[in-house]
Amino acid sequence: MSSNYLDIIRPGINTTFQDKGRDHLYHIGIPFSGAMDNRNYLIANKLVNNNLDSAVIEFAYQGPHIKYSGEKINFAITGDVIFSIKKKDTEIEGKCYESYHIENGDEINIISTNKSVYGYLALGGEFDLKFQWNSCSINTKAKIGSNDGKKLDLGQRINFKKINSNKDIKKTNYINTKIENIRVIKGTNFDYFSEEGKKIFYEKEFTVSKLSDRMGMRLEGPKIDNIVNTNIKSEGLIKGVIQVPADGNPIIMLSDHGTIGGYPKIGVVASVDYDRLVQMSPGSKIKFKEINLTDAETLFKLYEMETQNLLSQI
Amino acid sequence: MIKNISNLGDAALYCDFGNEVNKSINSQVIKYFKTIKEKKFEGINNLTPSYNKLIISYDLKKTNFKEVKNYVENINAQDSNDINSKKLEIPVCCHENFSMDIKRLEEILKLSREKILDNFLNKEYFCYMTGFIAGMPFLGDLNNNMRAQRLETPRVKVPKNSVALTEQFASIYTFESPGGWNIIGNTPIDIFDSSKEDKPNLINPGDTVIFKEITLDQYKNYNE
Repeated sequence: MSSNYLDIIRPGINTTFQDKGRDHLYHIGIPFSGAMDNRNYLIANKLVNNNLDSAVIEFAYQGPHIKYSGEKINFAITGDVIFSIKKKDTEIEGKCYESYHIENGDEINIISTNKSVYGYLALGGEFDLKFQWNSCSINTKAKIGSNDGKKLDLGQRINFKKINSNKDIKKTNYINTKIENIRVIKGTNFDYFSEEGKKIFYEKEFTVSKLSDRMGMRLEGPKIDNIVNTNIKSEGLIKGVIQVPADGNPIIMLSDHGTIGGYPKIGVVASVDYDRLVQMSPGSKIKFKEINLTDAETLFKLYEMETQNLLSQI
Repeated sequence: MIKNISNLGDAALYCDFGNEVNKSINSQVIKYFKTIKEKKFEGINNLTPSYNKLIISYDLKKTNFKEVKNYVENINAQDSNDINSKKLEIPVCCHENFSMDIKRLEEILKLSREKILDNFLNKEYFCYMTGFIAGMPFLGDLNNNMRAQRLETPRVKVPKNSVALTEQFASIYTFESPGGWNIIGNTPIDIFDSSKEDKPNLINPGDTVIFKEITLDQYKNYNE
């Protein structure tokens, strides 16, 4: 019986445990999953002295309200998130990218993400979770991962397996930058689309639809006209692939995507922009900008160096 | 053989084996898939074989397109002579409780229920790939007179273990999911079991599957 635990007073809209995700399983139909915004996931763990691949609580839009019981530990929230910390008779507004101590009876109320989608709550220690294929990441569609593959629910209790002895308070000044253009690499079916359709793809603005989740982001805007075939023989997908079905509205594959699909691929989001892409909330405007493979590789290298720098400064 | 290798985004190789869907091209895909999977090249994190393509995704922090392409081009896929494929019999109950789309199929195919089942059952099907949802097998090929399109409006919920047809393929919904295939029956056995981490899929690419009919009573008693 664990003496350190969380009680869920309000679960939030889509609250799950996530970690680095699981690989080597596409061929049996299981996607990567894992934290959607990988950089914010890593920072959250670093701020509470966790291993970088520890499980965190990921939430979307409205987050959870939790009550902590047990010995003093650290917690931190990353993303662009509005939350409060309630201790006995006082309630203070919390700041992202700063760790706080939390003691027996304290509450964390994550009100919402601000003009973004995902936020991360890390606590100093390891949750007691079931792992499947070396990951506790919850995939609610396939019911895989910890918590029987389900979102966190009202009244649930989450136990800790261990808590960190290092309770040092950490802080960083990271700011989530917004980008106007999402950089993409030409897809394998780019030539399925009309000249007008290709122009629309690179020049017009698209709006993120409400029908977006961890599986995919649907876009609305001018229709992209297909002149070859609106279907291809089903083949593998990876995260970031932009498929255009017969209705002409692009869908971007995200971390819990189906592993194969039969719609033409007009483009693929460059890895460098994935973390920022997933944070675009419904109603946000997206424009695509073409880059080549060499530039995409270089930009990712720089992004990764920047991530490592940020982490080493915490 | 691989006809062409290109990049799918900045973190995957797109290996094109041709445009047709047939067993001989797909066997090539599976041969490459198994060979690369066994060799465990540092940085490759996923392989997705399909009818005539193999997508190899990699961790851009560890490797890149040029390295993986060079590696794949120099692989001797013949090395993997052990394809290790199985022949499986899958029981299926086609009672009206399960065969939701049999009337639709009778109309589209202009065949009686008996004729449809006779065409479908007791024949060997080849597993081209698994995926879309975890463990879902794509089995072919159905006879030419058995090929129907997907439903115009997909069902929001297809029951778990439904056996379904579309175009030249049969498949099994490994868990409740949205879907538009024509449902003709249900199997009492689980095709995907996430608790068996080393072998969650009953049916794998390269396997042969035969559907054997069972009665409703046999279906109900199957797991007892």
